[in-house]
Amino acid sequence: MTVEANDPGMSIAAGGGTSFRPLLEWLARRAEPVAIGLVAILIGMALFSIFILVIGKSPVTLFQLMYTGGFGSWFSIQNSLSRAAPLLLTALCVALPARLGLVIIGGEGAVVLGGVAAAAIVLPFVGTVPPILLFVFMGLAAMLVGGIWIGLAGFLRHYRGVNETISSLLLAYIAIALMNQFVEGPLRDPASLNKPSTKPLPAEYMMGDIPGMDVHWGLVIGVVACIASWALIELTSYGFAARISGGNVRAAQIQGLPVGKLIAGFTAVAGSFAGLAGMIEVAAVQGSANASLAAGYGYTGILVAFLARHNPLAIIPVAILLGGIDASGGLIQRRMGLPDATVLVLQGTLFVVILFCETFYGRFRIFNPDLWKRSQ
Amino acid sequence: MTKLLSMNRRHFLQASAAGALTGLAPGLIGSKATAQTALTVGFIYVGPKDDYGYNQAHAEGAAVIKGMPGVTLVEEENVPETVDVQKTMESMINLDGATLLFPTSFGYFDPHMLAMAAKYPDVQFRHCGGLWQEGKHPANTGSYFGYIFQGQYLNGIAAGYATKSKKIGFVAAKPIPQVLQNINAFLLGARSVDPAITCQVIFTGEWSLAVKEAEATNALIDQGADVITCHVDSPKVVVETAAGRGAFVCGYHADQSALAKDKYLTGAEWAWGNVYTNFIKAAQSGGKLGNFVRGGLKDGFVKMSPLGPAVSDEARKKFEATLAEVMAGKFSVFKGPLKDNRGNVVIAADKAYAEDAIDLESMAYLVEGVVGSTS
Amino acid sequence: MEETGIGIWGVPLAIFAGAIRVSTPFIFVSLGETITERSGRINLGLEGTLVFGAMTAYAVAVLTGSPWLGVLAAMATGSVFGVIHGWICKFPKVNDIAIGIAMMQFGLGLAFFLGKPFIQPAAPKLPSIPLGGWSTVPQVQAALNINVLFFLGAALALFLFWAFRNTRIGLILRVVGDSTDAARAMGINPDTVRLLATAAGGSLAAIGGAYLSLYYPGSWNEGISSGQGLMAVALVIFARWNPIGCFLAALLFGGAGALGPALQSIGVTQGYYLFYAAPYLLTLIILIVTSSPTRSLTGAPGALSLTK
Repeated sequence: MTVEANDPGMSIAAGGGTSFRPLLEWLARRAEPVAIGLVAILIGMALFSIFILVIGKSPVTLFQLMYTGGFGSWFSIQNSLSRAAPLLLTALCVALPARLGLVIIGGEGAVVLGGVAAAAIVLPFVGTVPPILLFVFMGLAAMLVGGIWIGLAGFLRHYRGVNETISSLLLAYIAIALMNQFVEGPLRDPASLNKPSTKPLPAEYMMGDIPGMDVHWGLVIGVVACIASWALIELTSYGFAARISGGNVRAAQIQGLPVGKLIAGFTAVAGSFAGLAGMIEVAAVQGSANASLAAGYGYTGILVAFLARHNPLAIIPVAILLGGIDASGGLIQRRMGLPDATVLVLQGTLFVVILFCETFYGRFRIFNPDLWKRSQ
Repeated sequence: MTKLLSMNRRHFLQASAAGALTGLAPGLIGSKATAQTALTVGFIYVGPKDDYGYNQAHAEGAAVIKGMPGVTLVEEENVPETVDVQKTMESMINLDGATLLFPTSFGYFDPHMLAMAAKYPDVQFRHCGGLWQEGKHPANTGSYFGYIFQGQYLNGIAAGYATKSKKIGFVAAKPIPQVLQNINAFLLGARSVDPAITCQVIFTGEWSLAVKEAEATNALIDQGADVITCHVDSPKVVVETAAGRGAFVCGYHADQSALAKDKYLTGAEWAWGNVYTNFIKAAQSGGKLGNFVRGGLKDGFVKMSPLGPAVSDEARKKFEATLAEVMAGKFSVFKGPLKDNRGNVVIAADKAYAEDAIDLESMAYLVEGVVGSTS
Repeated sequence: MEETGIGIWGVPLAIFAGAIRVSTPFIFVSLGETITERSGRINLGLEGTLVFGAMTAYAVAVLTGSPWLGVLAAMATGSVFGVIHGWICKFPKVNDIAIGIAMMQFGLGLAFFLGKPFIQPAAPKLPSIPLGGWSTVPQVQAALNINVLFFLGAALALFLFWAFRNTRIGLILRVVGDSTDAARAMGINPDTVRLLATAAGGSLAAIGGAYLSLYYPGSWNEGISSGQGLMAVALVIFARWNPIGCFLAALLFGGAGALGPALQSIGVTQGYYLFYAAPYLLTLIILIVTSSPTRSLTGAPGALSLTK
């Protein structure tokens, strides 16, 4: 059990007896992933320490640097949050279809095409509409294109029996080719010279940072999208139906659930989130669409979603953790003279251990809500 | 270790003395090289530091300044051209105290470096390849680049003598000005030997894509090209594949002669060590760092690999004569009359561009004789 | 046409030669993954295994001077990666797809980390068999310089096709893949079978990597693979877990990949990105045409989490 999981329980416990039991049950259920996750991270770090010792460097220095670079100061925290922002949306692109039992690995395609769509739609509107309206246009265009792209994988899965994992991957490669063709062909700004790009957004049309922070609005949009997705899955009948279909398609069909529409709908929503990530890259970071849209956010999102066990709320801390590791990677390179690949090794070790530790779910009685029911 | 260090230092002193003699870069103030102000310098690379190509050339340049007194070098590799590079620059400034940054990839310039330069006006940013413009871009930024197309022109001369099929080949990443300059210069060099020579270009579409580069090389050779050069981030694959098929090779970015043995004619290499040394010396002596720094072969920004054994005496003579003209500053690679490969006149008959002509940096055409298309 | 070039004939020749040159890594990775998936497991991390295999093979070849020792070493490390994956996934509630993705990250990281000293040196290459002596056209001769591993891959595909149906091991593999409970009832330990199947898969994937670094393109650096490992896993589903299908799919994919450069070399230069997308587009179209909602999972192992 962790301190933060215990604390609120204790204070409520002191407050009154009637709310005590349900709260403990709730806590037990919530504490399990947190506790197991944290222990897994510690084990992973211990294993990685052995690796660092073998190559003759100090793991203590390394973890100190990771803390400094990822979370040690307000600057570092914002650095981590900036890197986490796009992952929130691309992880949702994996997590939502996963509720239906689908494995979508082609979110990258929706990101790049969403970015291109967002950049393309601004051209006739710049200067004639206020920025906020332009963002709405850009967002809608990106979500539409991203939704169609991943929705196509869902559609093909249900109505043609095409495996969605392979089709989404193929579609991602095709999307990147299309993006390059557009950016270097019809949409290319002749002034973009050595980095072929679309015409850049004027400065006043850039999305900018969250007030008081050095992190762009993509973070807020991502968090909102995670919460909305959580609500969709947990609170609506669609989410309930999706979970049933994910468990057993045939049973869902016998009950008369519209499995096909659910699959197409969920994949389309998932794709529209990834498309939105592309739009944010254009509106908040790059200012134009170019090959840097294919920065791998879609692929990292797969990892985030699986680590978060496809829970949209858990995506938030996992993405921030990943952003933090990423942010500290540079410092490790600079201060310890280790190559960039060090961070990949750390990530690999950490993630294998975290995913391995999923086997311990339900093994410890302390996390069993029923235990707390009975004990009172 | 001490010996190694002192040798390094002597080497760089020689190099910088040579640079000062030839009046190195326009805009760079020749320093007295006595001050030893503590200076933390950050280098950012888009790929791995050891790619046998673009990034390695910069990292080797950075290694030269590492030995300079008072200099602390911080480096980061594999930094994508996204918010990552902005945060890397900030992290170098905030956590390492860097006051001079060299983001070495073209895509770092706009918007990433410009955003950071506006935010940190006390830090100096010098970018490789960008087109810095007075008034448009912040004063604490600048750009530097080398006229490496001069090297590709000389590559072309060696290729022009070596080719029997009168077809030479170019494996290119993307149709951007820096690459188009090189393709055109390579063909023009070859055509200065024999105007019947044509150059086939294949664009791979990515800066580093090993299998596609190998396929492109094979496709060029299947179509009869017998001298190959390239402009991709890591030329190792192209050089080895071409030599393996029995074609001659001209290198790029770095010296690849060890990979192609007797098939290696020559190569156009970067000499970033000189460039960085001069920036550091200017910064340490409190002088002004140039905002728009350019240089070619004569300025020591670019150099040629030693000529390989397959280069004939006749070729060597022409190569060395042209090199001497370039070194004397009297040579124009791009001069009229020149048509592009769609038949439009791109340089009028009476016009000749010196290497520092700014128009060349937005080149968007392939010259007549190049088989390929820019989009 | 120049007398030295072969003009328009270059395109079919390039597709043929490209199919052979480029396909070999896909053949080995997809055959390896077929073994793994036939046992009811999916290892999505073969991209990491492939790249680690490429690095190991290159490093060992540089150090010993023998490319074949490099291939063997790669196979050994590949099977270690497979064993780790297989062992972890035998625990309940562990998701094999997720572990695969994490192992991919781990394999890539470790390969890049340990491979640093081997980027500069040149390794001896795997030999090829010159089968084009009958032709006087150098391009045909070059295209028929075929690497030994290609033939091994073809033979392996035939062997696996036969072995899955006709050997005891093949039968055990399929029983385990179709139903964990049925396997247990027959006294087979499914975890052990899957562990061995994943190890075999990893070891074959590493051969694919060795081919990349020691033959074509024949170089070690961090960009050596452009996703061959990931794509090959997808090709297994495309080939419906049939080894001969894997072999043909790999050929198709390699041949389509050669289209882009070949067309540019004969002067078809517009829109090359779209030509480069040909292998993906072609695979997708074939997939759509040949699939149907009713018989989508023909040949799919019943216990596979991807198809549940």
